[in-house]
Amino acid sequence: MLPAAEKVITRNWGKPDSWTLEAYRANGGYRSLEKALGMTPQAVTDEVKKSNLRGRGGAGFPTGMKWSFVPKDSPKPKYLAVNADESEPGTFKDRYILENDPHMLLEGVTIAAFALGVRTAYVYARGEFKFQAERLQRAVEEAYQAGILGPTVLGKPFGLDVFVVRGAGAYICGEETGMLESLEGKKGWPRLKPPFPAVVGLFGSPTVVNNVETIASVPTIIERGAAWYAGLGTEKSGGTRLICLSGSVNRPGVFEITLQTTVRQLIEDERYGQGMPAGRKVKAVIPGGSSAPVLAAHEIDVELEFEALKKIDNMAGSGGVIVMDDTTCMVRSLWRVIRFYAEESCGQCTPCREGAPWAARLLRKLEEGRGEPEDLEILLHVAHSIAPFPPIGLGNTICALGDSVALPIHSFVARFREEFEAHISQHRCPFGDRPWGHYGALRA
Amino acid sequence: MGSPFFSAEEQRVFDAKLSEILAHYPADRKSAAMLPALRLLQEMKGWLSPDGMRLVAKALEVPPERAYEVATFYVMFHTHKPGKHVVDVCTNLSCSLRGAEDLLAYLEAKLGLRAGTSNEKWTLRETECLASCGTAPCLQVDEVHHEGLTRGRVDALFDKLS
Ligand SMILES: Cc1cc2nc3c(=O)[nH]c(=O)nc-3n(C[C@H](O)[C@H](O)[C@H](O)COP(=O)(O)O)c2cc1C
Ligand code: SF4
Ligand code: FES
Repeated sequence: MLPAAEKVITRNWGKPDSWTLEAYRANGGYRSLEKALGMTPQAVTDEVKKSNLRGRGGAGFPTGMKWSFVPKDSPKPKYLAVNADESEPGTFKDRYILENDPHMLLEGVTIAAFALGVRTAYVYARGEFKFQAERLQRAVEEAYQAGILGPTVLGKPFGLDVFVVRGAGAYICGEETGMLESLEGKKGWPRLKPPFPAVVGLFGSPTVVNNVETIASVPTIIERGAAWYAGLGTEKSGGTRLICLSGSVNRPGVFEITLQTTVRQLIEDERYGQGMPAGRKVKAVIPGGSSAPVLAAHEIDVELEFEALKKIDNMAGSGGVIVMDDTTCMVRSLWRVIRFYAEESCGQCTPCREGAPWAARLLRKLEEGRGEPEDLEILLHVAHSIAPFPPIGLGNTICALGDSVALPIHSFVARFREEFEAHISQHRCPFGDRPWGHYGALRA
Repeated sequence: MGSPFFSAEEQRVFDAKLSEILAHYPADRKSAAMLPALRLLQEMKGWLSPDGMRLVAKALEVPPERAYEVATFYVMFHTHKPGKHVVDVCTNLSCSLRGAEDLLAYLEAKLGLRAGTSNEKWTLRETECLASCGTAPCLQVDEVHHEGLTRGRVDALFDKLS
């Protein structure tokens, strides 16, 4: 049987008043910060490096390595920008960290800031996270009052300010340089890289951008040690991971899992998804947020881990696992995904700005039974002009949103081509007015 | 001092809150406060009128078109006066797999307007994924999440809004 995951991120969830400083301290909180402040900044970074922690925001980049890209000799101030934009469709984990354990994030922020020589950190929460941002803001205020933030941190000669900033509704501000533009008070247009934010980031200064879950993992790494944390994971990625399970499955939700867990186990295990609705089978699963390529039913024995998914030309992404059952229409599903990216394209790059809406129009045409035989090739051609497939990597655009248009199209058509063709030959959606599968109707 | 746009009291509140916000940014980066400043204005006036945006731009020492450019980029900023309540329904993939298309149709019928339109009382829109995919379907009313919706819960929620 699948071993239970150690509780790293979720260990305080469900405890009474878990979001308050008092409860966090009673549960052992802020002791890692004390420990870190007794180390050298370099030793803290080394510990994070050795832990094999990889970014939980989407790209899975090794966190310790990212931190070591920050130039040591820069005369400019350095910044930490925590990405709490959480907008990738199918992803809903960071909000629960903000709701249930904001101090775990703040402890991670203080330790990271100490390691990086940062005196000002920003947490950028998506605009829709009013409640979550307010809860974090309350925790920040508690931390200032307790001397954890401010001109000195726990009495040590190291000062840190943390500011919570809310976006205002734009998916692209989750992309790290779009987020930095937004933090600078502008529209969220991603920047051309290089230079990377670690060298030229916020206000032209070296800036580390990390996801909420990434930073929230840091206190445990310092507390239990890099070797312990690395040992929880696989050879190249340490720790446990939050996975967001949604769609056509009996028990959707956020689960902390070991990286050895496969997509199938996640869906079927009693502790997680509890299987498919009665009589239904898996048809397709998106394993890493809606930007990731789709898997067909026979491909779901893959571990939800960065390298394992990369090996099959997929990605672990943001941990959003979306399940579609055998009565779900793939054309309609893809249309929803592409419509979203078309809506959210920032408009800077022609292939993305023009290609995404074009693809969305073609998919709508197919779904409504107006498709013509050549439309499928046009669709693939449009996708290819944005980004080729495989390999996964930046296509012909400034940021990876372009890939998020191309990868779903390529992968859906490659695996479910007959279904797309059936829409054309039958001049209608074969699923009629019930395209969304077992749970697809609004309940009374 | 008051202006035709703000009463003296409003001006005082705006100035006080803005100076608090400005303390979060380097002194030579006033314009970084654009999002929080526009949000402040919207909270006070309900929407971002051209006069209001000019005022924010002036306070942040940037040209007015900069405020307008930012305001129109983000969907939560209203550069046209919205209805009394703004309803944002997620129809993204995870929510559609749990009844979001029905939810939207039900609301269109219940509120008597099409998605993407407004009347005095309501602005009804389809929105991006709200990070409630595990508790789908969901929507926001006036920036507050409502999750795990059924027809019954929608009725209970909307029938008490006036
Ligand atoms: C279009 C787009 C949207 C993204 N949205 C998010 C997001 O909402 N949250 C997040 O943490 N990372 C998001 N990312 C990834 C960030 O660019 C960045 O890689 C990440 O925040 C780095 O943190 P990590 O190394 O801790 O994962 C997005 C990337 C792209 C291309
Ligand atoms: S790929 Fe799309 S979202 Fe990204 S910068 Fe280009 S136009 Fe903007
Ligand atoms: S898809 Fe609706 S909240 Fe994520």
